[in-house]
Amino acid sequence: MMQFDEFFSVVRQRLGSDKGDESSKKKTDIPAGLLFKCPRCRSVTFIEEFERNGKVCPNCNYHSRLTARERLRITADDGSFREFDRKMISKNPIDFPGYDAKQKELREKTGLNDAVLTGRAKIHHEDVVLIVMDSNYMMASMGSVVGERITRAIEYATEKKLPVVAFTASGGARMQEGIVSLMQMAKTSGAVARHNEAGGLYISVMTDPTTGGVTASFASLGDIIIAEPKVLIGFAGRRVIEGTIKQKLPDDFQSAEFMLENGFVDMIVERNKMRRVLAHLIRLHRMPEIKEVGSDDK
Amino acid sequence: MINEPLSASRRLDIIRHKGRPTALDYIPMIFDEFFELHGDRLCGDDRAIIGGVASFHGTPVTVIAEVKGRDLEENQQCNFGMPHPEGYRKALRLAKQAEKFHRPIICLVDTPGAYPGVEAEKRGQGEAIARNIMEFMMLKTPVISIILGEGGSGGALALAVCDELAMLENSLYSVISPKGFASILWKDASREREACDIMKITAEDLVRLKVCDRVIPEADGGAHNDPQLTAENISAYISESLQNLQRKFQKGLDEMLNSRYNKFRVVGDFDEFPHSDTQPSDNAAE
Repeated sequence: MMQFDEFFSVVRQRLGSDKGDESSKKKTDIPAGLLFKCPRCRSVTFIEEFERNGKVCPNCNYHSRLTARERLRITADDGSFREFDRKMISKNPIDFPGYDAKQKELREKTGLNDAVLTGRAKIHHEDVVLIVMDSNYMMASMGSVVGERITRAIEYATEKKLPVVAFTASGGARMQEGIVSLMQMAKTSGAVARHNEAGGLYISVMTDPTTGGVTASFASLGDIIIAEPKVLIGFAGRRVIEGTIKQKLPDDFQSAEFMLENGFVDMIVERNKMRRVLAHLIRLHRMPEIKEVGSDDK
Repeated sequence: MINEPLSASRRLDIIRHKGRPTALDYIPMIFDEFFELHGDRLCGDDRAIIGGVASFHGTPVTVIAEVKGRDLEENQQCNFGMPHPEGYRKALRLAKQAEKFHRPIICLVDTPGAYPGVEAEKRGQGEAIARNIMEFMMLKTPVISIILGEGGSGGALALAVCDELAMLENSLYSVISPKGFASILWKDASREREACDIMKITAEDLVRLKVCDRVIPEADGGAHNDPQLTAENISAYISESLQNLQRKFQKGLDEMLNSRYNKFRVVGDFDEFPHSDTQPSDNAAE
């Protein structure tokens, strides 16, 4: 149901497009790459300061998008990440014209083999299975590779009794893979169901933007659902909804704060506190190692 | 009778035919003693999804169906078959009830998609669909889903996580409506028919893609030409499928749930380079 182009244009509007950056560069007459202009509050910061701040606007606290590698760097303990299935690449299940070429181009451009990285890692010494989506790759839409990697990662966590932490970001299902991409929703949610049955912990962290088929599957199924401040979270595209109701929607519609208010997010956590919060939550869910005296063996 | 296969766009015309029977027509023809049960026990009763308990040749079953309506009044009542979260939550409530009383579940799918609206978002459309998908995967009772007309996106999948998926001969099942597909990928909604024909969404396409298990023949030229005959074909399918699933179920719950899980687990089209880890490995390098 997600209307991607419309959704993208909304996101572009909200975040400021590349063009916007160029025009701001012209206005300020400062070489590209030196300044960050916040698409939310329009304030200008030195890139260096913006990056030191974890790519969060120091003025308004807008949490901008990170690449999967950047997310790993600020989330996992140094050198602890061991990637799964890195050599898996997508085929073309419905022979969609141009899909193979597009994939090849994106693989070269982004250095990724698809829109998600999965693997084992430590967060403050806590063992986890990490799932990190990257919106630079086809807006992190979910096709065969994304679905398979996520499913395998969760299955691995279930088997090894590890918690799963998933940083979600996605435009939804990957249209170019047709019905096969819809089935990835069932596949990933099925893996979550089994992880649940086995008593495993699953924390979902919604980042900008979490929408469509990913919201309607594993992203919404965490035992605990965290969101970064001000990110976009929703099912249907904003434009589609505006088209249905024939009126403009307020700015904060489908924001993290909107989802918290309506009861679909447990907490909003700032990026610089995320590692600590995750590690604490994982610790609180660890099975006690010492059994109480007199407790039954199961 | 299936002669030469019709194109997807030709089938789109058939499933949009004004006289095409809906779940409201089929239910009385297929089941006896259908008692409709209302409400999600949370906030409302969505008319886009109806459900209840019925008898199928003497076997108690739970029926859950997406309903488009047959005239403008019915269309509006059931929101053109586009459910709100309370519809999916009602479906889940009835599914859990079926599990409790060991009744098989028969889902009749017919929706352009889940409703894209403000209230739907506020009440968690995404969460409602996600939860159904997850819970249906673990239901300890047989589930059959049958696509009657349009199977649109997550709104259809929320009632199509099942042990066996069947499609009426002319029905279509897709990741998004052809119109949405055209407007997203080509920025031109008017290229709907063209989208239809490249999306691989007919019953035969989906059998090939291992998504659909069975194709149920319609009357010649489409179900509207003989609803009774089409209903008999659906009945015959349900009867056969229920026997198979009951047999499988009696062999063991785990086996049935494993086979349901694997039905979805195997769908995906990817390559892995030689010498790479096919299973996640602790030794994989970053």
